[in-house]
Amino acid sequence: MGTDNQEIVLLDEKGRRLDGRLPGELRPIKIMAGVLHRADGSAYVEWGKNKVLAAVYGPREVHPRHLQNPQRAIVQCRYNMAAFSVQDRKRPGPDRRSIEISKVLSEALESVVLVERFPRTTIDVYLEVLQADAGTRCAALTAASVALADAGIPMRDLIPACAVGKVGGKVVLDLFKEEDNLGEADMPIAIIPRTGELVLLQMDGKMTPEEVKEGLKMAYDACKTIYELQKKALMEKYMVRTEELLDKETLQSAVERTEIPSEKTELLEEGAPEEAEAPEEEAPLGEEAEEVAEETAEEEVPETELLEMGEEFMEG
Amino acid sequence: MDKVVIVMEKISAGEIKQLKGEIVIPGQLVAEGAYRAGRWVYRDGDRYYATKLGLKEIRNIKGKNTINIIPLSGKYDPKEGDLVIGIVMDLGPTTWLFDINGPNPAPLHITETPWKVDFGATGRYFKVGDVAALKILYKDDTSHVQVTMKGPGLKKLHGGVITTIAPSKIPRVIGRKGSMIAMIKSLSKCQIIVGQNGRIWISGDMEKIRAVEEVLKYIENHSHFSGLTAEVAERLGGGAADVERARETSSRR
Repeated sequence: MGTDNQEIVLLDEKGRRLDGRLPGELRPIKIMAGVLHRADGSAYVEWGKNKVLAAVYGPREVHPRHLQNPQRAIVQCRYNMAAFSVQDRKRPGPDRRSIEISKVLSEALESVVLVERFPRTTIDVYLEVLQADAGTRCAALTAASVALADAGIPMRDLIPACAVGKVGGKVVLDLFKEEDNLGEADMPIAIIPRTGELVLLQMDGKMTPEEVKEGLKMAYDACKTIYELQKKALMEKYMVRTEELLDKETLQSAVERTEIPSEKTELLEEGAPEEAEAPEEEAPLGEEAEEVAEETAEEEVPETELLEMGEEFMEG
Repeated sequence: MDKVVIVMEKISAGEIKQLKGEIVIPGQLVAEGAYRAGRWVYRDGDRYYATKLGLKEIRNIKGKNTINIIPLSGKYDPKEGDLVIGIVMDLGPTTWLFDINGPNPAPLHITETPWKVDFGATGRYFKVGDVAALKILYKDDTSHVQVTMKGPGLKKLHGGVITTIAPSKIPRVIGRKGSMIAMIKSLSKCQIIVGQNGRIWISGDMEKIRAVEEVLKYIENHSHFSGLTAEVAERLGGGAADVERARETSSRR
């Protein structure tokens, strides 16, 4: 810590950082959901040079038995850095740092998962840092909540996370390796976007109360951006499926129906013949939509839930 | 990818393949105002939020608009009365421990079978790895589950193949009033038992079993779209008449 190294200028006179970002700018973030098929849920996050993989199993039986809670589920996180994730080889296995991170991430996730729904079980979250460039716990937590949602685990909200810090005497967002090592402070936070509650707040270094306030505001705004990316990642998993679903003929008749010439040419670039006939088989599907509604109607709503959650409200 | 998304919007607006409902994400606002919170929905004031990744569905129950989330993924959550397919994990002197694909294993007591089993003689009836069609007898507040083998259709299963799909997709496999599964059975001429826990037992001609497995995978992957029954009829090699019948039954109210 500290700025003893006078040769490196972390913030230039124009207010640009070493990697060319402005103080309030995030690194490019890419999130993908459902990348692993053996796990119940999974996610992959690329955050600048960070690469994190998250896998979720559960709810499942707790081992060892004495850890199980008869009232609720427990969330067990395992944050692990790959031996090749950093410049010098990292000695594999849990160390003091990763045990601490596993603990704080478990607690952050436990605050959004509806743990009361699954007594005596565990929800295991495995986080593998494949490549690290500062801010891995934020990237890991971001990935973990997407993986939990992908696993179909009920949650109050997703958790976006982001770090702020102080570099060259100025509060900056989302520190990367050099800033983390040479800057004055680093403060990772995670929030529940709906309520604005903080679920993770740590700090390394020194900041004045004003700087902390400024940093929190910055990080909150950044978390909202990350939240949108998380949502998009989950949506996309179910959108891409349409590609497989639509074989060429279906695609073609779909385009014909919409009758937008520009679309038509774009999609029929392989020169498929354009026939005007509308395939009959498609017609009854509109009716089938009703069938679907009926079908799901068979699922019952637990009466107790209804009573507690808005009976009086409905009467009024 | 952009192209695909554009196409999908066009199609869902049109009439070819329709998403069954809007996809929602945990914490997403699903409704505001006079509603009832149904499955996987929580309330804060008069705002309703989803707790699971799934499809939003608003339905009128007894004159009240109820919001449900139909999950797209998730493990099996045992419910009393569910038919499940269990695999023996362990034997006790008076119980067999079944893996029912749920969070915890479920014991089957010797009195809950159609046989008269002597104390300590459990090994004569089931061995580890044996399969049975069972029913969830009860589930208590701490999610202790017990199963029974007394009842119609509940039995030890011999031979056949077990396929596992996501339990959240089982209602789609069964179809409204069992229409989908009835059609698969008649077209494939296989014996099929569908467990609510996502396990499906299929017995019959090996080739036909493979075809059924493929169709089940297809249903699992496309459950959030409408118009599956006819598609499945085609994939199982049903003639034009079968496809037409599938459409008719599905369009009948």
